[in-house]
Parts: sequence; structure tokens; C-alpha cells
Amino acid sequence: MDLFALAFYAFAILIVGCAAIMVFSKNIIHSAFALMFTLGGLAVFYALLYAGFVAVTQLLVYVGGILVLILFGVMLTTQGYFDKVQTRTVNLLPATIFAAIIGILLIFVYLSTDWTLNPLEDGEVTLTGLGELLLTDFMLPFQVTGVLLLLAIIGAVLMAARTRPPLQASQPAPKAGPESQKE
Amino acid sequence: MVLPEWLAEPGLNHFLVVGAILFSLGLLAVISRRNIIMVLMGIELILNSANLNFVAFSRYGSLSLDGHMIALFVIIIAAAEAAVALAIVLNIYNRFGSVDVEQISELKD
Repeated sequence: MDLFALAFYAFAILIVGCAAIMVFSKNIIHSAFALMFTLGGLAVFYALLYAGFVAVTQLLVYVGGILVLILFGVMLTTQGYFDKVQTRTVNLLPATIFAAIIGILLIFVYLSTDWTLNPLEDGEVTLTGLGELLLTDFMLPFQVTGVLLLLAIIGAVLMAARTRPPLQASQPAPKAGPESQKE
Repeated sequence: MVLPEWLAEPGLNHFLVVGAILFSLGLLAVISRRNIIMVLMGIELILNSANLNFVAFSRYGSLSLDGHMIALFVIIIAAAEAAVALAIVLNIYNRFGSVDVEQISELKD
């Protein structure tokens, strides 16, 4: 058993275990931190698969960005103390059976298919190659992604900055307040 | 201790199986949890399992470097999605005072 296999099994256990903790934990803060370990383990998987640049991007964007964003979302949408943050789980048994059937089906399809193997060599993946690909074959998606990110930033800022009156449970909501007329 | 060959040398199938397990766990989070942020985390898990498949196919299959590029684009789009989705979640919380998806049942008052 070489180092590659050892690293694969160690991090596979880490990834799947932390993902299971994330799904089944009652406390949403625990879920967020378990998701962090899952994403970090996946970055190690990418590095094992010769995708070093994807691994670094995963660490920067997911662990450094999206996870912090999720924690901010948790903080801004809870009242009181974090140790009381409980979330509801419904239909756990049917959902588990359904997800298990989907997973087993996927694994069965993966294992019964005869994939054409054409393994990548270690030296084939270079940053230069990725950059050239980005500016030749993937030029249009690259530009469109830039526009998409700009739109997402503007949209997120506009939506997060706008405030509307909260909906009252006892009385009917105001039909058209001064703020909603402006929108 | 002598391990069988399929266990001793992880190949394409091993990574695909991990991806499938991650996908079903993400699906489970999406359909069984009632907190919007938990649903978002499940979606992130599903996107990551797709990414793992892309990178595994680019390593072992004939996808070569294209798989890495697609994985990068998926990461970028997931970042944009998370930003917009959390802005929507904040609006929903201000409006309804709750982030439970079953209480958010009306589109317009």
C-alpha cells in the first residue's frame, strides 16, 4: 500500500465522515465547520489528481470565501446565542432511503461501466497550459464569467442593502408602502 | 497482510464512488433539512461532488485539461450563486422573521 492509497483512504474517510456530520448535525454551526473539513479534504483530493491549481482555487474560494459567507448568513439570521441554534429535520427516514437509493444507483452505474482510460501524466498539467487554454478554447466562457460575476456582485449588494417592512402575522400587510412603491 | 488489487490501488472508480456518496449526502441535506442555509450547504456539497467527478475524469479518462477548466468555472459560478442566495436569504429573514422553508409559502402579499 503506497502513500497515494494511504492518503486517498484517509481523506476519503475524512470527506465522507464530515459530510455525514454536516447533514445529520442538529447544530448549524457544527454543520458549517464540518463542511469546512469536507471542502479541505476535497482540495487534497484535487491535489492527488494532479489538479494543483484547482486545489488552491478550492481552498481560496470555498474555504476562504463561501464558508465565511455561510457563517455570516447563519449569524445574521439567528436571534440569541449560537449554542441554541437548532434546525428542523423533516421526513428523515424517507429522505434517507431515497438518497441511499440514488447513491447506490450511481455507484452501480459507475462500477458497471467500462470507462475508456487515458491517464494524464504528471508533467502534462502546467499553469501555462491552463492559461493558454483559458485564452484560446475557453475565451468566451471566461469573458461571460467575468460579466456574470459583475452582475452577481451588483445584484447581491442591491438585494442585501434594500430593506422592506417585516410581514406582520396578525394584521394584513400594507398594500403599497412608500418604500415598495419606489421599487 | 495482502490487500486485493482493487483496494490497494485507488483508481477512477474509487473517486467516482466518493463523488456519488457526496452527491447523495447533499441530496439528503436538500430534501430533509428545513433551514434555508442548510439547503444551501447541501447544494454546495452537490456542486463539489460534480467537481470531483470532472477532475477525476480529467486525471484518468480522456478529458485532459478541459476537466480542470470546467471545475474552475463551476467553482466561480458556485461563488456567485452563494453570494446572491445569501442576499435573498437575508431579505427573506427581514420579511418573514424566519429561515424555515416551510413557512415561506407566499410569493406576493
